[in-house]
Amino acid sequence: MITDAIIANSPALLVMIPLIAAFACPFIGRISPAVRNIWVVGAMVLTAAMALLLAGEVFSSGTVVYTFGASAPGMSVPPDSGGIPVRIVFTVDAMSALMQIIGAITGLSIVLYSIAGDRRHTGLESYYTLYLLMIAGVMGMVSTGDLFNFFVFLEILSISSAGLIAYRIDRGVAVEAAVKYFVLSTIGAMVILVAIGIFYGEYDALNIAVIASRMQFTLLDQVALVLMIAALGMKCGAVPMHFWTPDAYSMAPSSITAMLVVASQASLYGLFRVVFTLYNVTLNAATVGWIIIVLGVLSMVVGVTMAIPQKDVKRLMAYHAISQTGYMLLGVGVGLAVLGNQSLLDAFGYVAMEGGIFHIINHAMYKGLLFLTAGAIFYRIGTRNLNRMGGLGHNMKYTMVFFVIGALAIAGIPPFNGFASKLMIYESVFMFNPILSIIAMVVSILTLASFVKVFHSIFMGPRLPEYADVKEAPAPMLIGMGILAAVVVLFGLFPGVVVDHLIEPAAQALVNQGAYISAVMGGA
Amino acid sequence: MKMSKIVRTGANILYPFVLIFGLYIVLHGHLTPGGGFQAGAVIATGVVLVIVANSYEAVTGMLQKVVFKAQESIGLLLFIGVAAIAITLGLPFFYNFLANSGSIFGLSVPFGPNHGDLNTAGLIPIMNIAVGIEVWGGLTVIILSMLSGLDRKEA
Repeated sequence: MITDAIIANSPALLVMIPLIAAFACPFIGRISPAVRNIWVVGAMVLTAAMALLLAGEVFSSGTVVYTFGASAPGMSVPPDSGGIPVRIVFTVDAMSALMQIIGAITGLSIVLYSIAGDRRHTGLESYYTLYLLMIAGVMGMVSTGDLFNFFVFLEILSISSAGLIAYRIDRGVAVEAAVKYFVLSTIGAMVILVAIGIFYGEYDALNIAVIASRMQFTLLDQVALVLMIAALGMKCGAVPMHFWTPDAYSMAPSSITAMLVVASQASLYGLFRVVFTLYNVTLNAATVGWIIIVLGVLSMVVGVTMAIPQKDVKRLMAYHAISQTGYMLLGVGVGLAVLGNQSLLDAFGYVAMEGGIFHIINHAMYKGLLFLTAGAIFYRIGTRNLNRMGGLGHNMKYTMVFFVIGALAIAGIPPFNGFASKLMIYESVFMFNPILSIIAMVVSILTLASFVKVFHSIFMGPRLPEYADVKEAPAPMLIGMGILAAVVVLFGLFPGVVVDHLIEPAAQALVNQGAYISAVMGGA
Repeated sequence: MKMSKIVRTGANILYPFVLIFGLYIVLHGHLTPGGGFQAGAVIATGVVLVIVANSYEAVTGMLQKVVFKAQESIGLLLFIGVAAIAITLGLPFFYNFLANSGSIFGLSVPFGPNHGDLNTAGLIPIMNIAVGIEVWGGLTVIILSMLSGLDRKEA
């Protein structure tokens, strides 16, 4: 009976547990650091368990709707409201569930890593408070079915991320990166708020399902679409608006950088949700699809070419993160460009979208892993400058293995997960437009070249005298990295299972706008 | 640096009134314009008034940052805790189980124009109080942190 209650309330618990844990963290932290660590890890384990429970529920029995403050969770439309969902509704479909799984796995491994990796710093109560708020922000953003609520969780995420980017002050450089991130996030959030205001003025509703069912694609809606794509594209680091990414990613503590990758992908989720669920076939699919494809191609090419000359290992990885975001935009953009044309959609559109969505989860895993390895190296030798590293393979064997797994995955080498999703993107995009596919492959080769260079300068070569007594990273950090590495390898070995059970339902959920609307509005 | 005696005395006399006004806005949040956030901001301006009129050192002797930090967390925990009670009762998160229940804040609201009764609206006033506590603490911590960076030379 209690398990039924937990499953029924899992969408709320998913946000509630990290919030309570975060707010209690300053008190718990006064008892002792050990108790605080247990508290934070426990909260994260519970949150991850909720996310997996909820995802299991969604994948087995369809979209879950949770209405806050109603007399029953499923009562999204009150009987006396005239058929309008007036309350905040969480609508968790397969796409949301996929994002929650990403947040759960990455969040858990990061917190394990953080326990050891950040213990030498002061102010850890605030650090874990903000970290748990980030988790709550990501989980809320991907679950919510209400546009204004989406804005609120986006702000929770942005503010806590900005605080964490500035956490390691580093003679003011980190603070500068945080201010840059914060100003841009705030502008982006305000732009989104204007778009939400347009929808509210036009359709008298904030619920995504209601707006989607009334969508007419007037001039105002086009303005709102442009605002939404620009702001969310900025938040996910697509190229013309990418300039905050390298600063923020390189200056944040490594564990937070790995979480920022997930945060960017939550924004990417928001972009896809707006385009597919809110507008769907009402918009001019070919035009908007091509806009997203162009954003994707620009991100891929500019990201990787900027990455090659970098000297700072985390800055280099940040540019690669931009480049990989381009693949997701490309894959899903191709799916969008053929939306409404069922034969093309069946021929390659679905596969392209599945490739793009599969790349989201793969990217979160291997990029998180790479940032964590960079953090482990920084933890042991205290520099991020590639020119001052060398010969670390002698002392940090496990870190090296994890780095190799991550690097081969990002370059799209079998049998790692990056290969599976990139192959799906190459094949399907080739049928849409061969040139795009060729660009994607060239970018992948450049990525490999860049990571071979990085691998060589960090780990290869003779043992350097100044790093002669460097030790392997502590066990909790290795466990954190190990979880992500295991997922990278497993997804690469069994991509078919993952695509059939997780990715395909997610792609269907994005395309099938009617199912989303009827899940909230019911038969009414 | 100290202000003149007139300013200090004026600020000290005004301070309790600012506090009372803020608390009034908290409690009537569900009836009149305002609410927890606005009330917390009003009370925090009272703290600023005292700090500006007197010296920073004199005030921080009485008002300590750690107290306000605790207050911030308590407010937030109260808010989320009240919302979570509904789950333990088998109802959805944030369900207003106190409204129309007859207990505290539990009277039902009469239909049509009326004067407004303080003892209504269930969880909403409690959440207003929680937000008020939180914003009071949070804004005061922000103010104290900003003022701690002042260059305190004798004028």
